[in-house]
Amino acid sequence: MISGLPPALLFLAGAALVPLLPQRFKQAFMLALPLFALYLLYNTPLGTYWSFSFLDYQIVLMKLDRLSRVFAYIFLIISVIGFLFALKVEDDLQHSAALIYAGGALGVTLCGDWFSLYVYWEFMAVASTFLILARRTPAARAAALRYILVHLFGGLLLFAGIMLLLAGGGPIAIGALKLEGAAAWLIFLGIALNAAIPPLHPWLKDAYPEATPTGAVFLSAFTTKSAVYLMCRTFAGAEVLIWVGAIMTIFPIFYAVLENDIRRVLSYSLMNQVGYMMCGIGIGTTLAINGTVSHAFCHILYKALLFMAAGSVLTMTGRSRCTDLGGLYKTMPLTAVFCMVGSASISAFPLFSGFVSKSMIVSAAGLQHLTTIWFMLQFASVGVIDHAGIKVPYFTFFGHDSGIRASDPPWNMTWAMGIAAFFCLGIGIFPQPLYNILPFPVDYAPYTGAHVVGQLQLLLFGALAFVLLIYSGYYPAEIRAINLDFDWFYRKGGRAFYRLVDWGLGGINAASDRWLVNGATGAVNRFARQAPAIMSKLVLVPVWWLFKVRGWPLEQRKRALERGFARGALPVGVGALAAAVMLIVLYLLA
Amino acid sequence: MRELKIFDKAVNVKRLLICLYVFLAGLLVADFFISKHGHFSWENAPEFYAVYGFLCYLALIVLAKALRRIIKRREDYYD
Repeated sequence: MISGLPPALLFLAGAALVPLLPQRFKQAFMLALPLFALYLLYNTPLGTYWSFSFLDYQIVLMKLDRLSRVFAYIFLIISVIGFLFALKVEDDLQHSAALIYAGGALGVTLCGDWFSLYVYWEFMAVASTFLILARRTPAARAAALRYILVHLFGGLLLFAGIMLLLAGGGPIAIGALKLEGAAAWLIFLGIALNAAIPPLHPWLKDAYPEATPTGAVFLSAFTTKSAVYLMCRTFAGAEVLIWVGAIMTIFPIFYAVLENDIRRVLSYSLMNQVGYMMCGIGIGTTLAINGTVSHAFCHILYKALLFMAAGSVLTMTGRSRCTDLGGLYKTMPLTAVFCMVGSASISAFPLFSGFVSKSMIVSAAGLQHLTTIWFMLQFASVGVIDHAGIKVPYFTFFGHDSGIRASDPPWNMTWAMGIAAFFCLGIGIFPQPLYNILPFPVDYAPYTGAHVVGQLQLLLFGALAFVLLIYSGYYPAEIRAINLDFDWFYRKGGRAFYRLVDWGLGGINAASDRWLVNGATGAVNRFARQAPAIMSKLVLVPVWWLFKVRGWPLEQRKRALERGFARGALPVGVGALAAAVMLIVLYLLA
Repeated sequence: MRELKIFDKAVNVKRLLICLYVFLAGLLVADFFISKHGHFSWENAPEFYAVYGFLCYLALIVLAKALRRIIKRREDYYD
């Protein structure tokens, strides 16, 4: 039945086709594919499709419910916009990688079992790396290597958690988990890493600014938001997330104030926004979950819009640092306007999308009388108006005149921004269609007098403070510098950490180095055969030890694990590896 | 290439700022004419959000500048 066809499979097949198509046809194909998938999804009734038994487990490739459907919608919408934005890029590597990456995110969202989820999870990690690598600069290569190592580690945590869950008789079907015991915590940490929860966050601000101008648009949408989806699915109501989320809204805004590279400012801002979502998931009431899901939906649109604006500037001027930019509104007026629509949306101005979604999360915190959390979230809202609302457009398009006279980008990039801006405004003015597809029935009215006036006061008196500070000269000047973050531990202070990784995860380190740098297929094969079992044992044995499994039972478990891998893991890894091999070939040929 | 120069004139920047100030004053006045139904008592206090927004912004910048002294490094720090 075609209406239940998993969009992930469609995208993966499309990725294999892209390098074979002639250029003109290719462009039409890349737009038609996500549109077709969107049409199919729209016509698919809620339910389970493409389900079969495999080694005593029930594999479900397509499980459409109200939660997964809204995420699938937005992933497909942003795919259309993203591919329109990237339409004129003549690099098959980027197109294929983006298709596999989007397919992975759709797979994670729509599959119903842990095995499939893990496969799609790794698809995402591998494919997204190539969107960074494809910039083909030494900085991008180094960032991509750090990125994939961190994500292999995250995938490993998730995989170990899934294995433990199943070994303990847990269900293969993805569902709500209690945050207790090693299995749940490992899965939690695996998701948390992809959601960029501090201190597992530095990969994001490290890698996204190094990605290609168009690749960053896809990156901003999929990895963190599929983690938000999965967190919603598994750990809704886990109280630790309330505090983790609130801290996550605040900690990045200080960095965003100081950071010089616009795309890095946007990366910190992304974490801040995901913080709201984590907080909402932690609160876990129907209002909070609705708020989280709608905020993820709106966020994907305005964050992609902001990354497209920054990408347009980077494409047309070759620069992305605040210190190099300024005064671009003179010759890039459309980009400036679209950027400001994105800024107003992320700042949650009335009539823009952030206003109708973020306020649900803040209200949910208020309804639960979480006083400190409420003050933290409101403080962070003021932080957003500073860095994303004012700083990004001001220092890029206004401020001092850099003397750069670049024009607006080609029509496809302008239109992609225009469509995203249209959605941002449309949702802000008419939120009801979005409210209708949320997981729970919505009983919430964003446009009350008190809410509109309160929010405008909060934002605009912040803006007044900006005006006073910039005229007094107290506002921190943009300077050419970097700011230390938690990645210091593995980039600098971590010579010891490198040695530890080298010693502890020797197999994965050496294999992925050869795999990424030289693309040696022999290493890939060895890696595929042995690494998962070795890596899982490395994580699981200490965990078992901790839980007082020793002696003979420990040996038994180790052997069961090895048997499991000999039987089951190869099919699990093969798909992602095939994708990796294909992308490596494209990378080397281009 | 056609160039916009609207903000090259200082008077236009001034006009924009005057618009902002007038709008802010309007918000302060509007505060007294809306029915408030906050989850917390202080949300119903007059001009709460204006004061909180302004103070948060100042606090953010002061703290960020302090943080910069600790975490700022040269661009080639990791090379």
